[in-house]
Amino acid sequence: MANVKLTIDGKTVEAPANTLLIEAARRAGIEIPAFCYYEGLALQAACRMCLVEVEKAPKLMTACTLPVAEGMVVRTNTPQVAQARKSMLEFVLTNHPLDCPVCDKGGECELQDMVFRYGAGESRFLEVKQHVDEREWSPVVFYDRPRCILCFRCVRICAEGMGVAALGVVNRGASSEIAPNRGDHLECDECGMCIDICPVGALTSGTYRYRTRPWEMQHVGTICTHCADGCKTTLGIRNNRIHRGNNRDRSGVNGEFLCIKGRYAGDFAHHEERLLTPLVRSQDGFKPVSWAEAIKTVAGRFAEIRQRGGKFGVIGSNHTTNEENYYLQKLARTGLGTNNIDHHRTGDVLSLLRARVPLATTADLYHSKAVLIVGVDLAQQHSFLAYQIRANWRHHQARVYTVRRGPVREDKIAARIVSVEPGGELAGVETLRDDLAKEPELVILFGDAIQGEAVARLTEFGSSLGIPVKYVCLVDYSNSRGAVEMGVLPAEGGMTLPEMMAAGDLDALWVVGANPLRRHALAGKPFLVVQDLFLTETAQAADVVLPAASAYEKSGTVTNVCGEVQRLQKAFETPGTKTDLEIFGLIAREMGLDLKQLGPWTPSAVFAEIARTVPGYDLPVEVLEAGGAVQAGPSDGLPDAVWAPVQSAGDTLFTSGTLGRYSKMLNAVREAPGELYRA
Amino acid sequence: MTFSPELEAKFEKLLKSYPPGRQRSAVVPMLLYAQDELGSVTGELVEEVARRTGITPLEVNEVVSYYSMLSRQPRGKYHIQICTNISCLLTGGEELWEHACRKLGIGNKEVTPDGQFSLEEVECIGACSWAPALQVNYEFHHHMTPEKLDRLIDNLRKAV
Amino acid sequence: MLYNEPSPLEVKVLTRRFGLPNSQSLDTYLASDGYKAFRKAVEMGPEKVLEELKVSNLRGRGGAGFPTGMKWGFVPRNSPKPKYVVVNADEGEPGTCKDRLLMENDPHQLLEGMLIAGFVVDAHVGYIYVRGEYRYVIEILDRAIAEAYERGYLGKNILGTGFDFDVYTHTGAGSYECGEESALLESLEGKRGVPRIRPPFPAVAGLYQCPTVLNNVESFSAVPAIIRDGGAAFAALGTPKNGGTRLFCISGHVNKPGVYELPMGFNLLRMINEVAGGVRGGKKLKAVIPGGSSCPVLKAEECDISMDFDSLAKAKSMLGSGGVIVMDEDTCMVKAALRIMRFYQHESCGWCIPCREGTLWLRKLLARVHEGGGTQSDVPLIGELAKNMLGRTFCPLGDAAAMPTIAFVEKFREEFEAHLNGAPCPFESKPVSA
Repeated sequence: MANVKLTIDGKTVEAPANTLLIEAARRAGIEIPAFCYYEGLALQAACRMCLVEVEKAPKLMTACTLPVAEGMVVRTNTPQVAQARKSMLEFVLTNHPLDCPVCDKGGECELQDMVFRYGAGESRFLEVKQHVDEREWSPVVFYDRPRCILCFRCVRICAEGMGVAALGVVNRGASSEIAPNRGDHLECDECGMCIDICPVGALTSGTYRYRTRPWEMQHVGTICTHCADGCKTTLGIRNNRIHRGNNRDRSGVNGEFLCIKGRYAGDFAHHEERLLTPLVRSQDGFKPVSWAEAIKTVAGRFAEIRQRGGKFGVIGSNHTTNEENYYLQKLARTGLGTNNIDHHRTGDVLSLLRARVPLATTADLYHSKAVLIVGVDLAQQHSFLAYQIRANWRHHQARVYTVRRGPVREDKIAARIVSVEPGGELAGVETLRDDLAKEPELVILFGDAIQGEAVARLTEFGSSLGIPVKYVCLVDYSNSRGAVEMGVLPAEGGMTLPEMMAAGDLDALWVVGANPLRRHALAGKPFLVVQDLFLTETAQAADVVLPAASAYEKSGTVTNVCGEVQRLQKAFETPGTKTDLEIFGLIAREMGLDLKQLGPWTPSAVFAEIARTVPGYDLPVEVLEAGGAVQAGPSDGLPDAVWAPVQSAGDTLFTSGTLGRYSKMLNAVREAPGELYRA
Repeated sequence: MTFSPELEAKFEKLLKSYPPGRQRSAVVPMLLYAQDELGSVTGELVEEVARRTGITPLEVNEVVSYYSMLSRQPRGKYHIQICTNISCLLTGGEELWEHACRKLGIGNKEVTPDGQFSLEEVECIGACSWAPALQVNYEFHHHMTPEKLDRLIDNLRKAV
Repeated sequence: MLYNEPSPLEVKVLTRRFGLPNSQSLDTYLASDGYKAFRKAVEMGPEKVLEELKVSNLRGRGGAGFPTGMKWGFVPRNSPKPKYVVVNADEGEPGTCKDRLLMENDPHQLLEGMLIAGFVVDAHVGYIYVRGEYRYVIEILDRAIAEAYERGYLGKNILGTGFDFDVYTHTGAGSYECGEESALLESLEGKRGVPRIRPPFPAVAGLYQCPTVLNNVESFSAVPAIIRDGGAAFAALGTPKNGGTRLFCISGHVNKPGVYELPMGFNLLRMINEVAGGVRGGKKLKAVIPGGSSCPVLKAEECDISMDFDSLAKAKSMLGSGGVIVMDEDTCMVKAALRIMRFYQHESCGWCIPCREGTLWLRKLLARVHEGGGTQSDVPLIGELAKNMLGRTFCPLGDAAAMPTIAFVEKFREEFEAHLNGAPCPFESKPVSA
């Protein structure tokens, strides 16, 4: 669209025609205050904070609804505008309690900031304030009506952003209030988007409320350790405890998006069943031992088995870092001399990489003109990806196609919906051929319904459309993609995970951050070493259990479902635990392995080696260190890796594999475990 | 949820009054007509109207709580609405209101113990030139006085 | 049915059939030029009808006084979207009770006005949004509509013209705000009566986001007479730029309150004294609200004024919806201001901060002052708060609350001051009503 020139406070500003005045001003460095205006959400013109003078207009105009026009002359700094802002704040404060000293939002409240900048120093309101008691809508969401300024951000983010519409407005006039969808409580994603977007302390979270002050915490931006979408979450840490997660600085690929897991399910790290000391099996069960003794026990047995040419099996993790995954497979192959290494595969990344087709980024989901979702309930299982697509539909009118077994939330925004029986996904996709071929471009997302040969057939279909097509292979956990690319896969005749579990002749099985006994029986009696946060089913069967640090307690990188590599930042420590990388290093040293050849076990040193040796991972470290995300480049398709069937863990919004079992918040919400609940 | 045949016919007509896909338009009329039959907007009614118009119960509740004639609380068989807005105020509406409260022994939005009468102080009902005015259910009574109100209530009582 | 005696000073155009036997019936309507205007409009074609409307100087009778011909002209006749005709029969401005009479006594006149509007903008569906309290009016309209369908004045191929038109009534359920046109459309769509951001205006994006002609009952009801007798004849009844007659609703302290059809520009003092029989009980006139509660009050000495849009604007008040509220010397202006504010506070939709919070604050403040709990600084505060709302709210309801308040304080400041510091209301000893 053509640019227009206008004048704001005497400054000539150029902006595309139809830009809202408030945005044009912001881009020119002129702040026009607003509560209800929120970029990307429907316009309200309700708070009246953005009133400005526009030449030739008979009265003040709301900058949030006024498109810029050629020759427009705007003033935002006149006594009249200042007086209008002051009076709006005076009005809004009449019924707003001045309980800032005990309000969670104190110190980061937009109303406080506005009054500080534009408000009056004293109150002329002598009447009685309206009071309504605070209400608990769910373990996550609490609503305090008197603090609410009715900006309707929460209503809009829930309806427009999440596609849930669990919040509404009831009553009228000064009695108006926000209401939950089930009368006195909420049934929703429990994502907390409404809480974080609230400019004041009207919506507070069960996790954070009345716990601490914002300025008492350290704020550490790291990557959520639950699903594979790779959302940045900024953890608020005080006294080695997570008090909240949010992403108000919009620093990650996810902007301000987070689901319940990213915001509130970090509490697993503080669960009382967290392993804090190594355990060695004795006749009377587990015996707590020192780290030195535990490492000695493991290294001793490993060295002995290695020496006699015994058989090892190694099961890696979907949650550990790229550095840990890389180091583990290297240690297994060179140190233990085995190719029996695998992880729980939740999506057929391997086949997609082998197809050598373009891969979509999370940003592509927001920009692509068309999106095809095959065989997955995206809103449930990849909440952020679904959010991106929904935003794309709202902001760019993207056309969305769904091929699925039952109703999914994306149906509401779909241009076409294809219902299929299990196994009919590819045939379903084929029925969309004519529509898809007319699209200028396409991103295809697929889950475990498409695997092996079907992946090749899907990519052949995509290539035959004659338009640019990018792909996303959906995987479940925070670093499933990294586990594949770092080579936590059997090669050259190595055993796959199910094969290892069934072999019966393993001398040692080393399980890192995984719980295979949940899905598979273990044949034979190998020496079982488990590194984990909790005494999982697998850990309970172990000979040695080593308490591992969680993703929030370590540094390193992870690769999300779209192949975007991001850095974890260590947010706090849980005394007694060690990172998996450190544990690997200690075992290797104790075994007397060639440490020069293995390399130092620090994340940065390992990443440097990854950059040299793993195709596509020669990434700009400075971008990663600054908190950015970089999509790993084209990979060689891991020609040596052994293909195996994949199976999604089938997690919902309220489950997260083993980790989820230890999140009290995930289990406390009434929607849990979420039979793929539908909002 | 089942309604009287008359109300069902009314609903059917209403839902046909709006273009296809716009059945939400019928929400307010449906609620009001159903309230006339049920005495109040019940939770069950909210669910039913939501179902029939294809919106969520929350969306229906947003509407119910907005309109002053819709009530979640049951009203009396005779809902007496007395206007005290400016034109009625100037002609004795306030005295009329106070008289009604005393006569029935109830206050605003309250119901007599026998469930026969309820009172509501309402805003302008469009009878300003014939003030003070009130409505019993949907029936207008103009040029009211406390004496006429007494007779009205006594007659209604007899009708009970 | 009529609720007051007519006045010999009336000029009966819209009310010409009032009082006729069976005035609601189609036969009565037909016997008195009914549906002739529609036939004529079809012969004239849309352009000429619009021209005639413009010549008539008909200005919106809902309160804002926008020229009706212009408003209809904004509708993109050739838009591929369906177009709608919507009648605002959500009469709710305190002091106003005329649309009720127009619908009750001459429903076909309204239907014919809608038909003509539909023909002009190529709309084929019309809705009459009637306030919920007027249930009996809806029943009258429904009967008239049924009769019109039976006799071919609604439905397919009306009177062989090839023009199709359907009309439906729609009940409101208690909300003054729904009289604001965009809030009315929201309500008609089954939502809360919260206004929309404008532009776009209903002519372009109205009901279901489609082009919509939306006018007050009285505006539509004036259309048949204008088309039948010509725009010039209608215009000539009034003053320049203020065509025709108007239904004035006189209420309050007069001997003969009632609804009277008088030419635009009729003198207000004459209206009170000669049409409405003067102030009752021989009391002195203190003040008049000339056009419904949102219009700034006029002091007695300001009442020698021509009742048209422009003269009242010049006097810093408004003609509004024609509700003339007369107050005698015993009226407490603080109490009047309070009661009016209480109304706007009750009806504020709650969407925007200044209206939602401002009306509540002012209601509480005025109540405190009226009870004697005010101090000197409260009097200017009332005016300041109202001015802080004025022109800054999301929709005109905020202005409607602010404007009369400002006028009450400015024009009757001494009465407010007489209520301060524990003083009892000087008027409480005297009964408010005679």
